[in-house]
Amino acid sequence: MIEVQHLSKRYGPVKAVDDVSFRAEAGEILGFLGPNGAGKTTTMRIITGYMPATEGKASVAGFDVFDHPLEAKKRTGYLPETPPLYPDMTVREYLNFVAKIKGIRADIRGQVDAVMKKTWVSDMGHRHCGKLSKGYKQRVGLAQALIHNPDVLVLDEPTAGLDPKQIIETRQLIRALAGSHTIILSTHILPEVSQTCQRVVIINKGKVVAIDTPEALTDQLRGAQSLIVQAQGPAEDIQRALQNVTGVTRVAVSETRDLTGTYQVDSDSGVDIRREVAATVVRGGWGLLELRPSRLSLEDVFLKLMTEENTEAAPPASETTESTEGANA
Amino acid sequence: MRNVLAIAQRELNAYFASPIGYVMIGFFALLFGWFFYVPLAFFEQQSMGMGMNPNQTLNINQMIIGPTLMNTTVIMLFLFPLITMRTYAEEKRQGTIELLLTSPITDIQIILGKFLGAIALYACMLALTLIHLGILFIYGNPEWKPIVTGYLGLLLMGGCFLSVGLFISSLTKNQIVAAMATFAVFLMLWVINWIGQFVGPTMQTVLAYLSLTDHFDDFAKGVIDTKHVIYYLSFIAFGLFLTVKSVDSERWRG
Repeated sequence: MIEVQHLSKRYGPVKAVDDVSFRAEAGEILGFLGPNGAGKTTTMRIITGYMPATEGKASVAGFDVFDHPLEAKKRTGYLPETPPLYPDMTVREYLNFVAKIKGIRADIRGQVDAVMKKTWVSDMGHRHCGKLSKGYKQRVGLAQALIHNPDVLVLDEPTAGLDPKQIIETRQLIRALAGSHTIILSTHILPEVSQTCQRVVIINKGKVVAIDTPEALTDQLRGAQSLIVQAQGPAEDIQRALQNVTGVTRVAVSETRDLTGTYQVDSDSGVDIRREVAATVVRGGWGLLELRPSRLSLEDVFLKLMTEENTEAAPPASETTESTEGANA
Repeated sequence: MRNVLAIAQRELNAYFASPIGYVMIGFFALLFGWFFYVPLAFFEQQSMGMGMNPNQTLNINQMIIGPTLMNTTVIMLFLFPLITMRTYAEEKRQGTIELLLTSPITDIQIILGKFLGAIALYACMLALTLIHLGILFIYGNPEWKPIVTGYLGLLLMGGCFLSVGLFISSLTKNQIVAAMATFAVFLMLWVINWIGQFVGPTMQTVLAYLSLTDHFDDFAKGVIDTKHVIYYLSFIAFGLFLTVKSVDSERWRG
Protein backbone atom coordinates (compact mmCIF):
# COMPACT_ATOMS: atom_id res chain seq x y z
CA MET A 1 0.00 0.00 0.00
CA ILE A 2 2.83 2.33 0.89
CA GLU A 3 6.16 1.69 -0.70
CA VAL A 4 9.29 3.68 -0.04
CA GLN A 5 12.43 2.88 -1.97
CA HIS A 6 15.90 4.29 -1.32
CA LEU A 7 14.52 7.60 -0.22
CA SER A 8 16.99 10.40 0.53
CA LYS A 9 16.46 14.03 1.37
CA ARG A 10 19.13 16.66 1.70
CA TYR A 11 18.77 20.07 3.25
CA GLY A 12 21.85 21.71 1.83
CA PRO A 13 24.76 19.70 3.16
CA VAL A 14 22.66 17.91 5.79
CA LYS A 15 21.22 14.56 4.86
CA ALA A 16 17.98 14.35 6.82
CA VAL A 17 16.89 11.06 5.31
CA ASP A 18 19.46 8.63 3.95
CA ASP A 19 18.47 5.70 1.74
CA VAL A 20 15.31 4.72 3.59
CA SER A 21 13.29 1.81 2.23
CA PHE A 22 10.28 0.08 3.69
CA ARG A 23 6.76 -0.93 2.80
CA ALA A 24 3.46 -1.11 4.60
CA GLU A 25 0.88 -3.68 3.59
CA ALA A 26 -2.81 -2.86 3.31
CA GLY A 27 -4.56 -2.60 6.65
CA GLU A 28 -1.37 -2.59 8.65
CA ILE A 29 -0.24 -0.14 11.34
CA LEU A 30 3.41 0.62 10.83
CA GLY A 31 5.24 2.36 13.65
CA PHE A 32 7.90 4.84 12.81
CA LEU A 33 10.19 5.08 15.76
CA GLY A 34 13.18 7.28 16.33
CA PRO A 35 14.62 10.03 18.49
CA ASN A 36 13.80 13.64 17.73
CA GLY A 37 15.46 14.78 14.55
CA ALA A 38 15.87 11.27 13.17
CA GLY A 39 14.09 12.08 9.92
CA LYS A 40 10.62 10.79 10.74
CA THR A 41 8.79 13.97 9.82
CA THR A 42 10.81 14.47 6.66
CA THR A 43 10.01 10.95 5.49
CA MET A 44 6.34 11.48 6.21
CA ARG A 45 6.32 14.80 4.39
CA ILE A 46 7.75 13.11 1.34
CA ILE A 47 5.15 10.33 1.45
CA THR A 48 2.34 12.86 1.74
CA GLY A 49 3.66 14.91 -1.16
CA TYR A 50 4.47 17.98 0.94
CA MET A 51 8.00 18.00 -0.37
CA PRO A 52 9.85 16.03 -3.03
CA ALA A 53 12.68 13.64 -2.21
CA THR A 54 16.23 14.33 -3.34
CA GLU A 55 16.56 10.73 -4.43
CA GLY A 56 14.45 7.61 -4.38
CA LYS A 57 10.76 6.90 -4.78
CA ALA A 58 7.67 6.74 -2.67
CA SER A 59 4.28 5.50 -3.75
CA VAL A 60 0.87 5.38 -2.15
CA ALA A 61 -1.69 2.84 -3.36
CA GLY A 62 0.37 2.29 -6.48
CA PHE A 63 0.66 5.99 -7.36
CA ASP A 64 4.06 7.60 -7.29
CA VAL A 65 3.82 10.66 -5.07
CA PHE A 66 6.03 12.67 -7.37
CA ASP A 67 4.71 11.62 -10.79
CA HIS A 68 1.02 11.44 -9.86
CA PRO A 69 0.71 13.73 -6.86
CA LEU A 70 -3.03 14.37 -7.12
CA GLU A 71 -3.94 10.68 -7.32
CA ALA A 72 -1.64 9.85 -4.42
CA LYS A 73 -2.89 12.77 -2.31
CA LYS A 74 -6.52 11.77 -2.86
CA ARG A 75 -5.69 8.50 -1.15
CA THR A 76 -3.67 9.93 1.70
CA GLY A 77 -4.77 11.54 4.94
CA TYR A 78 -2.09 13.40 6.83
CA LEU A 79 -1.96 14.68 10.37
CA PRO A 80 1.15 16.81 10.76
CA GLU A 81 2.88 17.29 14.09
CA THR A 82 0.90 20.47 14.73
CA PRO A 83 -2.70 20.00 13.55
CA PRO A 84 -3.14 22.34 10.56
CA LEU A 85 -6.12 24.31 11.87
CA TYR A 86 -7.31 27.81 11.00
CA PRO A 87 -7.90 29.42 14.40
CA ASP A 88 -10.60 31.76 13.09
CA MET A 89 -12.80 29.01 11.70
CA THR A 90 -15.25 26.92 13.66
CA VAL A 91 -14.67 23.19 13.64
CA ARG A 92 -17.55 22.62 11.26
CA GLU A 93 -16.53 25.40 8.88
CA TYR A 94 -13.02 24.06 8.90
CA LEU A 95 -14.05 20.50 8.14
CA ASN A 96 -16.38 21.72 5.39
CA PHE A 97 -13.47 23.56 3.81
CA VAL A 98 -11.19 20.54 4.09
CA ALA A 99 -13.88 18.31 2.58
CA LYS A 100 -14.06 20.62 -0.42
CA ILE A 101 -10.35 20.78 -1.10
CA LYS A 102 -10.03 17.03 -0.57
CA GLY A 103 -12.36 16.61 -3.51
CA ILE A 104 -15.57 15.55 -1.76
CA ARG A 105 -18.44 16.74 -3.94
CA ALA A 106 -21.54 14.99 -2.68
CA ASP A 107 -23.03 15.09 0.81
CA ILE A 108 -20.30 17.14 2.43
CA ARG A 109 -22.52 17.65 5.46
CA GLY A 110 -23.02 13.93 5.96
CA GLN A 111 -19.31 13.23 5.65
CA VAL A 112 -18.43 15.97 8.10
CA ASP A 113 -20.99 14.69 10.59
CA ALA A 114 -19.69 11.14 10.26
CA VAL A 115 -16.07 12.08 10.76
CA MET A 116 -16.89 14.34 13.71
CA LYS A 117 -18.69 11.47 15.35
CA LYS A 118 -15.81 9.11 14.68
CA THR A 119 -13.28 11.43 16.31
CA TRP A 120 -15.57 12.53 19.17
CA VAL A 121 -15.76 16.20 18.29
CA SER A 122 -19.49 16.36 17.49
CA ASP A 123 -20.13 18.62 20.48
CA MET A 124 -17.47 21.11 19.34
CA GLY A 125 -18.87 21.93 15.91
CA HIS A 126 -19.43 25.60 16.66
CA ARG A 127 -16.27 26.18 18.67
CA HIS A 128 -13.46 28.11 16.99
CA CYS A 129 -10.46 25.94 16.24
CA GLY A 130 -8.14 28.40 17.97
CA LYS A 131 -10.06 28.05 21.22
CA LEU A 132 -9.90 24.26 21.42
CA SER A 133 -7.82 22.41 23.98
CA LYS A 134 -4.77 20.56 22.73
CA GLY A 135 -6.63 17.25 22.85
CA TYR A 136 -9.52 18.53 20.77
CA LYS A 137 -7.16 20.18 18.30
CA GLN A 138 -5.50 16.84 17.80
CA ARG A 139 -8.86 15.15 17.24
CA VAL A 140 -9.99 17.77 14.74
CA GLY A 141 -6.63 17.25 13.05
CA LEU A 142 -7.40 13.56 12.89
CA ALA A 143 -10.90 14.29 11.57
CA GLN A 144 -9.33 16.42 8.86
CA ALA A 145 -7.06 13.53 7.86
CA LEU A 146 -9.95 11.05 7.80
CA ILE A 147 -12.59 13.10 6.07
CA HIS A 148 -12.09 11.81 2.54
CA ASN A 149 -11.82 8.25 3.77
CA PRO A 150 -8.26 7.75 2.50
CA ASP A 151 -6.59 4.38 2.00
CA VAL A 152 -3.51 5.59 3.78
CA LEU A 153 -3.21 7.58 6.98
CA VAL A 154 0.04 9.26 7.88
CA LEU A 155 0.06 10.42 11.49
CA ASP A 156 2.98 12.41 12.82
CA GLU A 157 3.12 11.93 16.59
CA PRO A 158 -0.65 11.69 16.99
CA THR A 159 -0.52 11.41 20.77
CA ALA A 160 2.02 14.15 21.48
CA GLY A 161 0.77 16.61 24.05
CA LEU A 162 -2.34 14.68 25.06
CA ASP A 163 -3.26 13.68 28.58
CA PRO A 164 -3.14 9.98 29.49
CA LYS A 165 -6.85 9.42 28.99
CA GLN A 166 -6.78 11.08 25.59
CA ILE A 167 -3.70 9.07 24.65
CA ILE A 168 -5.52 5.82 25.39
CA GLU A 169 -8.59 6.98 23.45
CA THR A 170 -6.52 8.08 20.48
CA ARG A 171 -4.68 4.78 20.40
CA GLN A 172 -7.99 2.94 20.49
CA LEU A 173 -9.24 5.04 17.63
CA ILE A 174 -6.12 4.36 15.61
CA ARG A 175 -6.37 0.63 16.23
CA ALA A 176 -10.02 0.73 15.18
CA LEU A 177 -9.06 2.47 11.96
CA ALA A 178 -6.53 -0.17 10.97
CA GLY A 179 -7.88 -2.74 8.59
CA SER A 180 -9.84 -0.26 6.52
CA HIS A 181 -6.86 2.08 6.39
CA THR A 182 -3.14 1.54 6.18
CA ILE A 183 -1.53 3.61 8.88
CA ILE A 184 1.95 4.99 9.34
CA LEU A 185 2.41 6.46 12.76
CA SER A 186 5.50 8.17 14.02
CA THR A 187 6.38 8.44 17.64
CA HIS A 188 9.25 8.60 20.02
CA ILE A 189 7.22 6.98 22.76
CA LEU A 190 8.14 3.33 22.90
CA PRO A 191 5.17 1.73 24.64
CA GLU A 192 3.00 3.32 22.00
CA VAL A 193 4.64 1.21 19.34
CA SER A 194 4.28 -2.08 21.18
CA GLN A 195 0.66 -1.22 21.96
CA THR A 196 -0.55 -0.04 18.58
CA CYS A 197 1.74 -1.16 15.81
CA GLN A 198 2.11 -4.46 14.04
CA ARG A 199 5.50 -3.60 12.65
CA VAL A 200 8.15 -1.10 13.58
CA VAL A 201 10.66 0.81 11.52
CA ILE A 202 13.36 2.16 13.76
CA ILE A 203 15.13 5.12 12.25
CA ASN A 204 18.09 7.06 13.54
CA LYS A 205 19.97 9.92 11.91
CA GLY A 206 18.08 9.42 8.69
CA LYS A 207 18.88 5.72 8.37
CA VAL A 208 16.70 2.69 8.96
CA VAL A 209 18.22 0.75 11.85
CA ALA A 210 15.71 -2.10 12.02
CA ILE A 211 12.36 -3.20 10.62
CA ASP A 212 10.41 -5.96 12.36
CA THR A 213 7.54 -6.73 14.68
CA PRO A 214 7.94 -5.33 18.19
CA GLU A 215 8.16 -8.89 19.62
CA ALA A 216 10.74 -10.08 17.14
CA LEU A 217 12.87 -7.04 17.80
CA THR A 218 12.93 -7.73 21.52
CA ASP A 219 13.70 -11.41 20.97
CA GLN A 220 16.36 -10.82 18.43
CA LEU A 221 18.17 -8.34 20.58
CA ARG A 222 18.01 -10.25 23.80
CA GLY A 223 20.99 -12.30 22.60
CA ALA A 224 22.73 -13.09 25.84
CA GLN A 225 20.30 -14.20 28.50
CA SER A 226 20.07 -12.85 31.93
CA LEU A 227 18.33 -13.79 35.15
CA ILE A 228 17.05 -11.66 37.95
CA VAL A 229 17.76 -13.28 41.30
CA GLN A 230 16.58 -12.00 44.63
CA ALA A 231 18.24 -13.60 47.63
CA GLN A 232 18.68 -12.98 51.33
CA GLY A 233 22.23 -13.01 52.65
CA PRO A 234 25.56 -11.16 52.59
CA ALA A 235 25.85 -9.54 49.17
CA GLU A 236 29.55 -10.20 48.55
CA ASP A 237 29.29 -13.90 49.39
CA ILE A 238 26.31 -14.40 47.16
CA GLN A 239 27.88 -12.49 44.31
CA ARG A 240 31.09 -14.52 44.58
CA ALA A 241 29.19 -17.79 44.71
CA LEU A 242 27.09 -16.91 41.68
CA GLN A 243 30.14 -15.84 39.76
CA ASN A 244 31.52 -19.37 40.12
CA VAL A 245 28.55 -21.06 38.51
CA THR A 246 29.53 -22.43 35.10
CA GLY A 247 28.22 -20.38 32.22
CA VAL A 248 27.81 -17.16 34.18
CA THR A 249 29.58 -14.24 32.57
CA ARG A 250 28.71 -11.42 34.91
CA VAL A 251 26.90 -10.84 38.18
CA ALA A 252 25.70 -7.36 39.01
CA VAL A 253 24.12 -6.26 42.25
CA SER A 254 21.28 -3.99 41.30
CA GLU A 255 19.70 -3.35 44.69
CA THR A 256 20.28 -4.27 48.31
CA ARG A 257 18.05 -3.55 51.23
CA ASP A 258 18.92 -4.96 54.67
CA LEU A 259 20.02 -8.47 53.79
CA THR A 260 17.91 -8.82 50.67
CA GLY A 261 19.70 -8.23 47.40
CA THR A 262 18.66 -8.28 43.78
CA TYR A 263 21.24 -9.60 41.35
CA GLN A 264 21.36 -9.61 37.62
CA VAL A 265 23.10 -12.75 36.39
CA ASP A 266 24.18 -12.76 32.75
CA SER A 267 25.11 -15.93 30.95
CA ASP A 268 26.15 -17.15 27.52
CA SER A 269 23.18 -17.65 25.29
CA GLY A 270 21.99 -21.24 24.97
CA VAL A 271 23.09 -22.26 28.45
CA ASP A 272 20.36 -22.77 31.00
CA ILE A 273 21.80 -21.78 34.33
CA ARG A 274 18.60 -21.51 36.34
CA ARG A 275 18.93 -24.86 38.06
CA GLU A 276 22.56 -24.25 39.06
CA VAL A 277 21.89 -20.72 40.26
CA ALA A 278 19.00 -21.88 42.42
CA ALA A 279 21.06 -24.73 43.84
CA THR A 280 23.99 -22.43 44.61
CA VAL A 281 21.85 -19.98 46.54
CA VAL A 282 20.13 -22.71 48.51
CA ARG A 283 23.40 -24.56 49.18
CA GLY A 284 24.87 -21.37 50.63
CA GLY A 285 22.02 -21.25 53.11
CA TRP A 286 20.69 -17.96 51.76
CA GLY A 287 17.01 -17.49 51.16
CA LEU A 288 16.04 -17.61 47.48
CA LEU A 289 13.16 -15.13 47.17
CA GLU A 290 12.86 -14.73 43.44
CA LEU A 291 14.30 -16.14 40.25
CA ARG A 292 13.08 -14.96 36.89
CA PRO A 293 14.37 -14.39 33.38
CA SER A 294 14.81 -10.75 32.57
CA ARG A 295 13.14 -9.51 29.40
CA LEU A 296 14.46 -6.66 27.40
CA SER A 297 11.72 -4.12 26.93
CA LEU A 298 11.36 -2.38 23.62
CA GLU A 299 12.93 0.55 25.34
CA ASP A 300 16.11 -1.44 25.95
CA VAL A 301 16.09 -2.60 22.36
CA PHE A 302 15.74 0.91 21.14
CA LEU A 303 18.54 2.19 23.32
CA LYS A 304 20.70 -0.72 22.34
CA LEU A 305 20.15 -0.10 18.64
CA MET A 306 20.85 3.56 19.11
CA THR A 307 24.05 2.92 21.05
CA GLU A 308 25.28 0.34 18.55
CA GLU A 309 24.75 2.90 15.87
CA ASN A 310 26.57 5.45 17.96
CA THR A 311 29.62 3.34 18.69
CA GLU A 312 29.94 2.60 15.00
CA ALA A 313 30.08 6.21 14.12
CA ALA A 314 31.92 7.26 17.29
CA PRO A 315 29.88 10.41 17.77
CA PRO A 316 30.28 13.15 20.35
CA ALA A 317 28.70 12.51 23.71
CA SER A 318 25.93 15.03 23.15
CA GLU A 319 24.30 12.87 20.53
CA THR A 320 24.19 9.90 22.86
CA THR A 321 22.30 11.97 25.37
CA GLU A 322 19.97 13.11 22.67
CA SER A 323 18.94 9.59 21.74
CA THR A 324 18.48 8.75 25.40
CA GLU A 325 16.25 11.75 25.80
CA GLY A 326 14.26 10.72 22.78
CA ALA A 327 13.77 7.28 24.24
CA ASN A 328 12.64 8.50 27.60
CA ALA A 329 10.41 11.33 26.51
CA MET B 1 -12.37 25.52 -10.42
CA ARG B 2 -14.29 24.31 -7.40
CA ASN B 3 -11.03 24.03 -5.52
CA VAL B 4 -10.12 27.58 -6.49
CA LEU B 5 -13.47 28.84 -5.29
CA ALA B 6 -13.20 26.90 -2.03
CA ILE B 7 -9.83 28.55 -1.32
CA ALA B 8 -11.09 31.98 -2.40
CA GLN B 9 -14.12 31.68 -0.17
CA ARG B 10 -12.01 30.69 2.81
CA GLU B 11 -9.69 33.62 2.17
CA LEU B 12 -12.56 36.08 2.02
CA ASN B 13 -14.16 34.61 5.14
CA ALA B 14 -10.83 34.84 6.94
CA TYR B 15 -10.71 38.60 6.32
CA PHE B 16 -14.10 38.96 7.96
CA ALA B 17 -13.55 36.40 10.72
CA SER B 18 -10.97 38.77 12.18
CA PRO B 19 -11.26 42.55 12.44
CA ILE B 20 -8.83 42.93 9.49
CA GLY B 21 -11.53 43.00 6.82
CA TYR B 22 -13.73 45.50 8.65
CA VAL B 23 -10.88 47.81 9.62
CA MET B 24 -9.56 47.71 6.09
CA ILE B 25 -12.91 48.51 4.49
CA GLY B 26 -13.65 51.15 7.12
CA PHE B 27 -10.43 53.07 6.52
CA PHE B 28 -10.72 52.67 2.80
CA ALA B 29 -14.20 54.20 2.94
CA LEU B 30 -12.97 57.03 5.17
CA LEU B 31 -10.10 57.95 2.85
CA PHE B 32 -12.19 57.55 -0.26
CA GLY B 33 -14.82 59.82 1.31
CA TRP B 34 -12.16 62.44 1.88
CA PHE B 35 -10.73 62.15 -1.62
CA PHE B 36 -14.27 62.46 -2.92
CA TYR B 37 -15.26 65.39 -0.77
CA VAL B 38 -12.35 67.68 -1.62
CA PRO B 39 -12.98 67.90 -5.39
CA LEU B 40 -16.72 67.98 -4.69
CA ALA B 41 -16.34 71.06 -2.51
CA PHE B 42 -14.18 72.67 -5.16
CA PHE B 43 -16.72 71.79 -7.80
CA GLU B 44 -19.51 73.28 -5.72
CA GLN B 45 -17.61 76.53 -5.25
CA GLN B 46 -16.83 76.71 -8.96
CA SER B 47 -20.40 76.05 -10.00
CA MET B 48 -21.58 78.88 -7.75
CA GLY B 49 -19.37 81.18 -9.78
CA MET B 50 -20.53 79.62 -13.00
CA GLY B 51 -24.13 80.36 -12.08
CA MET B 52 -23.48 83.93 -13.21
CA ASN B 53 -22.45 82.70 -16.65
CA PRO B 54 -24.99 80.30 -18.13
CA ASN B 55 -23.04 79.62 -21.35
CA GLN B 56 -20.41 77.45 -19.67
CA THR B 57 -20.93 74.12 -17.93
CA LEU B 58 -18.63 72.15 -15.67
CA ASN B 59 -17.93 68.47 -16.29
CA ILE B 60 -18.58 66.32 -13.22
CA ASN B 61 -16.60 63.42 -14.65
CA GLN B 62 -13.50 65.45 -15.22
CA MET B 63 -13.70 67.51 -12.08
CA ILE B 64 -14.80 65.03 -9.44
CA ILE B 65 -14.78 61.40 -10.53
CA GLY B 66 -11.50 61.42 -12.44
CA PRO B 67 -9.41 62.93 -9.61
CA THR B 68 -11.13 60.81 -6.97
CA LEU B 69 -10.36 57.57 -8.79
CA MET B 70 -6.76 58.68 -9.38
CA ASN B 71 -6.35 59.34 -5.69
CA THR B 72 -7.86 56.00 -4.82
CA THR B 73 -4.72 54.39 -6.21
CA VAL B 74 -2.83 56.04 -3.33
CA ILE B 75 -5.02 54.24 -0.81
CA MET B 76 -4.12 50.95 -2.45
CA LEU B 77 -0.46 51.71 -2.04
CA PHE B 78 -0.86 51.87 1.71
CA LEU B 79 -3.60 49.33 2.39
CA PHE B 80 -2.77 46.50 0.06
CA PRO B 81 0.44 45.39 1.73
CA LEU B 82 -1.73 44.77 4.79
CA ILE B 83 -4.14 42.64 2.78
CA THR B 84 -1.56 40.44 1.14
CA MET B 85 0.96 40.15 3.97
CA ARG B 86 -0.93 37.33 5.64
CA THR B 87 -1.89 35.27 2.58
CA TYR B 88 1.08 32.93 2.62
CA ALA B 89 3.02 34.08 5.65
CA GLU B 90 0.18 33.15 7.98
CA GLU B 91 -0.37 29.73 6.41
CA LYS B 92 3.27 28.98 7.02
CA ARG B 93 3.20 30.21 10.59
CA GLN B 94 0.03 28.28 11.45
CA GLY B 95 1.23 25.13 9.70
CA THR B 96 -1.92 25.09 7.57
CA ILE B 97 0.31 25.24 4.52
CA GLU B 98 0.88 21.53 5.20
CA LEU B 99 -2.84 20.92 4.77
CA LEU B 100 -2.97 22.84 1.49
CA LEU B 101 0.15 21.29 0.00
CA THR B 102 -0.86 17.73 0.89
CA SER B 103 -4.41 18.08 -0.45
CA PRO B 104 -5.29 16.91 -3.95
CA ILE B 105 -5.12 20.42 -5.41
CA THR B 106 -2.41 22.05 -7.49
CA ASP B 107 -0.25 24.98 -6.41
CA ILE B 108 -1.81 27.08 -9.15
CA GLN B 109 -5.28 26.43 -7.78
CA ILE B 110 -4.16 27.52 -4.31
CA ILE B 111 -2.57 30.70 -5.64
CA LEU B 112 -5.50 31.59 -7.87
CA GLY B 113 -7.85 31.01 -4.95
CA LYS B 114 -5.87 33.32 -2.71
CA PHE B 115 -5.66 35.92 -5.44
CA LEU B 116 -9.40 35.80 -6.08
CA GLY B 117 -10.08 36.04 -2.34
CA ALA B 118 -8.01 39.22 -2.10
CA ILE B 119 -9.61 40.66 -5.24
CA ALA B 120 -13.03 39.91 -3.75
CA LEU B 121 -12.18 41.89 -0.62
CA TYR B 122 -11.00 44.75 -2.82
CA ALA B 123 -14.23 44.54 -4.82
CA CYS B 124 -16.16 44.87 -1.55
CA MET B 125 -14.23 48.08 -0.86
CA LEU B 126 -14.94 49.44 -4.33
CA ALA B 127 -18.60 48.48 -4.06
CA LEU B 128 -18.92 50.77 -1.04
CA THR B 129 -17.72 53.73 -3.08
CA LEU B 130 -20.70 53.37 -5.39
CA ILE B 131 -22.70 55.19 -2.70
CA HIS B 132 -20.73 58.37 -3.40
CA LEU B 133 -21.29 58.06 -7.11
CA GLY B 134 -24.97 57.44 -6.46
CA ILE B 135 -25.13 60.85 -4.80
CA LEU B 136 -23.63 62.41 -7.92
CA PHE B 137 -26.21 60.71 -10.08
CA ILE B 138 -29.01 61.99 -7.87
CA TYR B 139 -27.91 65.63 -7.90
CA GLY B 140 -26.08 65.80 -11.20
CA ASN B 141 -25.84 64.00 -14.47
CA PRO B 142 -22.39 62.47 -14.87
CA GLU B 143 -21.60 60.17 -17.79
CA TRP B 144 -21.55 56.52 -16.74
CA LYS B 145 -19.09 55.21 -19.33
CA PRO B 146 -15.92 56.82 -17.94
CA ILE B 147 -17.00 55.63 -14.52
CA VAL B 148 -17.17 52.04 -15.68
CA THR B 149 -13.77 52.24 -17.37
CA GLY B 150 -12.35 53.98 -14.31
CA TYR B 151 -13.49 51.17 -12.03
CA LEU B 152 -12.21 48.57 -14.48
CA GLY B 153 -8.85 50.32 -14.38
CA LEU B 154 -8.87 50.40 -10.59
CA LEU B 155 -9.66 46.70 -10.45
CA LEU B 156 -6.89 45.83 -12.88
CA MET B 157 -4.36 48.00 -11.12
CA GLY B 158 -5.39 46.58 -7.76
CA GLY B 159 -4.92 43.10 -9.23
CA CYS B 160 -1.32 44.01 -10.11
CA PHE B 161 -0.61 45.19 -6.58
CA LEU B 162 -2.22 42.11 -5.09
CA SER B 163 -0.27 39.71 -7.30
CA VAL B 164 3.00 41.35 -6.26
CA GLY B 165 1.92 41.28 -2.62
CA LEU B 166 1.01 37.61 -2.89
CA PHE B 167 4.42 36.82 -4.30
CA ILE B 168 6.24 38.67 -1.53
CA SER B 169 4.10 37.01 1.11
CA SER B 170 5.05 33.62 -0.30
CA LEU B 171 8.71 34.42 0.34
CA THR B 172 8.52 34.79 4.10
CA LYS B 173 7.02 33.43 7.27
CA ASN B 174 6.97 36.86 8.87
CA GLN B 175 3.98 39.08 8.16
CA ILE B 176 5.72 42.32 9.10
CA VAL B 177 8.57 41.59 6.73
CA ALA B 178 6.04 40.76 4.02
CA ALA B 179 4.15 44.01 4.57
CA MET B 180 7.25 46.20 4.58
CA ALA B 181 8.77 44.61 1.51
CA THR B 182 5.47 44.81 -0.32
CA PHE B 183 5.08 48.47 0.52
CA ALA B 184 8.61 49.24 -0.69
CA VAL B 185 8.04 47.42 -3.97
CA PHE B 186 4.68 49.15 -4.51
CA LEU B 187 6.26 52.52 -3.95
CA MET B 188 9.07 51.66 -6.31
CA LEU B 189 6.60 50.64 -9.03
CA TRP B 190 4.85 53.92 -8.39
CA VAL B 191 7.81 56.23 -8.77
CA ILE B 192 9.94 54.21 -11.14
CA ASN B 193 9.49 56.81 -13.91
CA TRP B 194 10.65 59.75 -11.78
CA ILE B 195 14.18 59.15 -12.91
CA GLY B 196 12.97 59.12 -16.52
CA GLN B 197 14.32 62.52 -17.55
CA PHE B 198 17.87 61.67 -16.49
CA VAL B 199 18.32 58.33 -18.21
CA GLY B 200 17.81 59.15 -21.84
CA PRO B 201 14.76 58.87 -24.07
CA THR B 202 14.75 55.08 -24.61
CA MET B 203 15.04 54.27 -20.95
CA GLN B 204 12.49 56.93 -20.18
CA THR B 205 9.90 55.23 -22.38
CA VAL B 206 10.68 51.88 -20.82
CA LEU B 207 10.34 53.20 -17.29
CA ALA B 208 7.18 55.09 -18.08
CA TYR B 209 5.80 51.88 -19.50
CA LEU B 210 6.69 50.00 -16.32
CA SER B 211 5.05 52.50 -14.01
CA LEU B 212 1.74 51.12 -12.80
CA THR B 213 0.05 54.50 -12.43
CA ASP B 214 0.78 55.86 -15.91
CA HIS B 215 -1.36 53.15 -17.43
CA PHE B 216 -4.29 54.20 -15.31
CA ASP B 217 -4.68 57.70 -16.81
CA ASP B 218 -6.56 56.53 -19.89
CA PHE B 219 -8.96 54.43 -17.85
CA ALA B 220 -9.79 57.46 -15.70
CA LYS B 221 -10.50 59.45 -18.86
CA GLY B 222 -12.93 56.83 -20.10
CA VAL B 223 -10.69 55.17 -22.66
CA ILE B 224 -10.09 51.43 -22.73
CA ASP B 225 -6.83 50.97 -24.58
CA THR B 226 -5.94 47.30 -25.10
CA LYS B 227 -2.31 48.27 -24.57
CA HIS B 228 -3.05 49.10 -20.95
CA VAL B 229 -5.36 46.15 -20.42
CA ILE B 230 -2.68 43.82 -21.71
CA TYR B 231 -0.07 45.52 -19.57
CA TYR B 232 -2.11 45.01 -16.41
CA LEU B 233 -3.15 41.46 -17.24
CA SER B 234 0.39 40.39 -18.09
CA PHE B 235 1.62 42.09 -14.92
CA ILE B 236 -0.86 40.07 -12.86
CA ALA B 237 0.05 36.86 -14.69
CA PHE B 238 3.73 37.52 -14.05
CA GLY B 239 3.15 38.16 -10.36
CA LEU B 240 1.17 34.94 -10.01
CA PHE B 241 3.80 33.06 -12.01
CA LEU B 242 6.50 34.24 -9.61
CA THR B 243 4.33 33.09 -6.70
CA VAL B 244 3.96 29.62 -8.25
CA LYS B 245 7.72 29.41 -8.66
CA SER B 246 8.36 30.63 -5.14
CA VAL B 247 5.98 28.08 -3.61
CA ASP B 248 7.51 25.36 -5.73
CA SER B 249 11.06 26.25 -4.78
CA GLU B 250 10.07 26.38 -1.12
CA ARG B 251 8.90 22.79 -1.50
CA TRP B 252 12.25 21.67 -2.81
CA ARG B 253 14.18 23.48 -0.16
CA GLY B 254 11.90 22.16 2.56
